[in-house]
Amino acid sequence: MHKYILRRLLLLIPVMLGVSFIVFTMMYFTPGDPARIMLGESAPEAEVVRLREELGLDDPYLVQYVRYVKNAVVHQDIGRSYATKRLVFTEIASRFPNTLKLAALGVLVAVILGVPTGIISATKQYSLFDNIAMVLALVGVSMPNFWQGLLLIILFSINLGWLPSSGFDSFKQMILPALTLGTSSAAIITRMTRSSMLEVVRQDYIRTARAKGQVESVVINQHALKNALIPIITVIGLQFGYLLGGAVLTESIFSITGVGRLMVDSIKSRDYPIVQGGVLFIAITFSIVNLCVDILYAFVDPRIKSQYK
Amino acid sequence: MSSVKTISQEAQPLAGKPRRKKRSPWAEVWRRLKKNKAALFGLTIICILFILAIFADYIAPYGFDDQDLLARFQTPNSKHLLGTDNFGRDILSRIIYGSRISLQVGFIAVSIAMICGGTLGSIAGYYGGRLDNFIMRIMDILLAIPGILLAISIVAALGPGLRNVMIAVGIGSIPSYARIVRASVLSLRDQEFIEAAKAVGANDFRIITKHIIPNSMAPIIVQATIGVANAILSAAGLSFIGLGIQPPQPEWGAMLNNGRQFIRDYSHMTAFPGLAIMITIFALNLLGDGLRDALDPRLKS
Repeated sequence: MHKYILRRLLLLIPVMLGVSFIVFTMMYFTPGDPARIMLGESAPEAEVVRLREELGLDDPYLVQYVRYVKNAVVHQDIGRSYATKRLVFTEIASRFPNTLKLAALGVLVAVILGVPTGIISATKQYSLFDNIAMVLALVGVSMPNFWQGLLLIILFSINLGWLPSSGFDSFKQMILPALTLGTSSAAIITRMTRSSMLEVVRQDYIRTARAKGQVESVVINQHALKNALIPIITVIGLQFGYLLGGAVLTESIFSITGVGRLMVDSIKSRDYPIVQGGVLFIAITFSIVNLCVDILYAFVDPRIKSQYK
Repeated sequence: MSSVKTISQEAQPLAGKPRRKKRSPWAEVWRRLKKNKAALFGLTIICILFILAIFADYIAPYGFDDQDLLARFQTPNSKHLLGTDNFGRDILSRIIYGSRISLQVGFIAVSIAMICGGTLGSIAGYYGGRLDNFIMRIMDILLAIPGILLAISIVAALGPGLRNVMIAVGIGSIPSYARIVRASVLSLRDQEFIEAAKAVGANDFRIITKHIIPNSMAPIIVQATIGVANAILSAAGLSFIGLGIQPPQPEWGAMLNNGRQFIRDYSHMTAFPGLAIMITIFALNLLGDGLRDALDPRLKS
């Protein structure tokens, strides 16, 4: 068991290095001279040259990369914002809780909406509920989530005036953003749950349980659901990653102070260290979430458990 | 002697029956697809979209950039069926021209992903071993970065514009095709017809391109259909945050971004482009689902 977790942790490191490599390469090839941008257009050339030397911007590519990784690991320094001159890490870390909260709420909405709907759809296949659910799920998957956010604002903030359209402190303010993020995920989870349950329910061991006279609800909840959960958990983990990315757009629409909105604003103001730092941050978070999902597997799927006993 | 049936007598029952025409596997798939009304609906919509894109110059009532500052912010009326935007541009015309951009992005991004991903996947699957490991690790790294963030990262480095959006979205989709092709290659690699091809002296490239890939097309096609949908969504998302296609190009996501500032009073500016995106994605998903069912070998009767 511990070997499994350790192995997965160790696999995380090369992936993280790889991501940092990609991010650093993007930064390296972004047009513009960082020293010049930091000092401004009117700064004298000599100062720019001095800053370039100080920051080691003229060193070879690999040297700069190694320095980047060393700084990141040892000093949590993944660059400085061009705009505020503060460490990218502090800028992002201060906004990260909001983004995490938003993504977590999104996952919650998605799971609460999606899993039960999928189960009922599967057990009552081809019924009216199933058909409606499947159409709604398809619509949910097809709607761009930023458009959905705008529509929700039109409906609930402007026309009905029930819910606020910006901010993220009070519970009321959290409803619309969470719904926006969560519903397209919910649609995907519904479809996945339904197809996974349908596959499981056709299995022989379900037939056996029923033949033995087991109550249907126990058959579904204890036998079918547990086995259907594995692909569903995978999808939920993947959705978390998607939501971390989707938060970028949702945060912009609802004016939430999170990493996503910071990245969008930084893109507009060409503050590239923040953009790339944000990508690195979120990629690492996503990898850790996937790791947790993999560890969860080991508890849910006895086949993996027994492999490492 | 009369009780012994001769061969010609045994053959009698078949005489006179018409011989069945041999159906190609693709015709079989098309036949099954036709039975799926939803998928056909999706296909029809996509065809309509293609017609709109190709003949936009003839179909659209106005140019996509025709500003009429006296006619700004009009809600849908007889002269402008979907209203006008803040520059007095006809929204219906912009949506029609926008279909060109969306279809372009969708298909080119998916093509990039299919070619690169397919090549990497077939190499990884066919040769196996450390090369396989290495390629799949790189795919894992790409997958660690959520799609839209990877696209943002690439466009931030390369600069905004249609071409870079296509590249960015394409690169993000490479891992899925790599995995699909690799899985297909792994399952086909040890079959006898491959052995036979090798025995006849076919080189690796020929085996991969002429034998393995044609037999792996089914999951690739399904993924491609859904991939076009995702590419269009990603491109719209990028344009929505100002990173993608630049104005005055009438990309649907950019139109949404433009209309956002006027959402309080002129919600039609955001409603219609979004509807266009949704209908397109919906149709592609219906088609993709239908193709998946039609191509599913388990359902072969």
